[in-house]
Amino acid sequence: MMNATVLSDMAVKLASGAIRVVDLTHTLDPDFPVIVLPPEFGQCGRFRMEEISAYDERGPAWKWHNFTCCEHTGTHFDAPNHWISGKDLPHSSVDEIDPAAFVGPVVVIDCVEETRADEDFILTVDHVIAWEALHGAIPADSWVLLRTDWSKRRGAAYLNMRDDGAHSPGPGVEAVQLLVNERNIRGFGTETIGTDAGQASDFIPPYPAHYFLHGAGKYGLQCLNNLDQLPATGAILMAAPLKIRNGTGSPLRVLALVEENG
Amino acid sequence: MRALPPPPKKNTQRRTKVPTLPPLMRSRAALGLTAAASRSELRLQQCDDCGSVLYPPRDACSSCLSVDLSWQAVSALGTLLAQTNVHISTNTYFRERAPLRVATVRMDAGPSIICHVHADCEAGARVQMINRLDKAGQGVLMALPQKVTPNMDDDPQLRELTAHPKHRRILISDGRAGVVPFLVEALQEAGAGMIFVGLPEDWRPEPNGQALRDRQGVTLLPMDVTDTSSIRRMAGEIGGKVDILINTARFVRPGGILDRRDTVFSSDEMEVNAMGMMRLAQSFGPAMMMRGADGDGSAVAFVNLLSIHAIANDPAFGSFNASQAAALSISQSLRAEMRSGGIRVMNVYAGPTDDEWHQPLPSPKVAPQALARSIVQGLVDGSEDVFCGDFAKDIFERWCRDAKVLEIELGQGTG
Repeated sequence: MMNATVLSDMAVKLASGAIRVVDLTHTLDPDFPVIVLPPEFGQCGRFRMEEISAYDERGPAWKWHNFTCCEHTGTHFDAPNHWISGKDLPHSSVDEIDPAAFVGPVVVIDCVEETRADEDFILTVDHVIAWEALHGAIPADSWVLLRTDWSKRRGAAYLNMRDDGAHSPGPGVEAVQLLVNERNIRGFGTETIGTDAGQASDFIPPYPAHYFLHGAGKYGLQCLNNLDQLPATGAILMAAPLKIRNGTGSPLRVLALVEENG
Repeated sequence: MRALPPPPKKNTQRRTKVPTLPPLMRSRAALGLTAAASRSELRLQQCDDCGSVLYPPRDACSSCLSVDLSWQAVSALGTLLAQTNVHISTNTYFRERAPLRVATVRMDAGPSIICHVHADCEAGARVQMINRLDKAGQGVLMALPQKVTPNMDDDPQLRELTAHPKHRRILISDGRAGVVPFLVEALQEAGAGMIFVGLPEDWRPEPNGQALRDRQGVTLLPMDVTDTSSIRRMAGEIGGKVDILINTARFVRPGGILDRRDTVFSSDEMEVNAMGMMRLAQSFGPAMMMRGADGDGSAVAFVNLLSIHAIANDPAFGSFNASQAAALSISQSLRAEMRSGGIRVMNVYAGPTDDEWHQPLPSPKVAPQALARSIVQGLVDGSEDVFCGDFAKDIFERWCRDAKVLEIELGQGTG
């Protein structure tokens, strides 16, 4: 008989349901919002799909589609070379990142109440410290996800665009610096359209999550779903982007492994 | 003439009448009449040597035998000499529409012409001749009362020659286009039935949205011309109710080919302006063609809004204009393909439009109100080519005169 190993133990627990697989991904769909920039800039390609054949005269026994989208459409991964601050780092594109980075521990900071009270909620250093007082220090090289339940919004409420731009929660400048410089996290993820707040173009520097995360070789995840099914600590995140040469990101299937209590 | 009542609801036990066409064949000489009819212009052949105005079209002057004949705008006025009703025809299309009013009109310009005649014209009356496309896409002449009579556009014989919006249900493909609020208003003034308006990306704020949503007779539908699945879905829902499709979707960015370092905007231009038209045609076209003879509310027209630079590129918007040329070419193919269903493909050409992308350009620019008026006038006339504004008309005239000279002038920035 084989000796029990961590993986064989895990296989048993996966089969029994003691370890649950949680899908943190939205469906790739033409109607899913993408980030909207001023129209003179190039825009993020929407997800589009054309049927090549469907068991018909175009291909009698098979169905398939061509699809097009941006690297940053739908639930997606941001590589360091997505931002100017990370452009010269080694291994900064999705094809060069060490695959070990795609599987790892994850902690979840619950800011649902704060976001309900203020759709422009900004995560501060104090929020992070208060979370650590409850759950312990954020372990180095772990994913940090900001839970806001924003993923439950639909239609126009998701981007929440007004004449002065989008209004959605995100991290403040000092909080990002704390996570990157002091806690040395692996990456930061959100339920919103980007890792930054809707109004982050007015921060100094603009888009601090993008700027500091990618400047330090960290990763981003956005448009995440089902964060309400994750524990604050103890889950494992699996987020492997497509291996696109010099790619700055990719839509991907983000999964979490969660150990059931008892 | 009595006002045309709204068409009754469909009797679902009766087969929808299959479109038939009036005679298609014309001599090459006669196609000059059709070309003029595509723009709803009355032109007749005139002898360059003796000045005689000729009808029917021929290859040599019936007065002096000269072969130098050209199509000239002539006075539309004439006198109705005699009028009769045709009850029996060997042609299926005419049999189905009998009796047909036919008249002989002595034109002030010279020739006597046998033509369609409006029900409000009596023998001896002064009439105004119009040149219109029939269901086969061929130019035919029709005599109208010289002065407008009540409900004049409702004459069934005239209505066969036009794409009049009255009582017709209309799909406008993209409600985000600036022209749409004005277009809806103009169409409703012309008596349009239900107006469906596609609204892409309802997850973005839309300035036109609320006003359109609140407007009586308008239904907003989620549809994006770049998203095949959304068009298929809408065609599945309302494809059998669209009598006129007006494609207002447009993606435009300034700049020539070398002004850009990539093909990203160009792809968007092609996707929206060219492929978008193709997707709409593929999803809605077949159902429209089945309903080309479906009574007073039959399907009649597929309308595209194009830049006049589709016919000759202005490099200041060089990449966008390439997409317009592609769209024009697609429309030409569609026109031939949709003819058998009695559907008219109409292109409305405009110069620079008064919007954010043409903001730094000098006037004159085409206001959305003017574009809306041209679209509705084009439908009322049943034109294939409509030129909105002096800019578009000027470019078209210069293109007719010498396309190469126009290309050179546009390329030098002196256009």
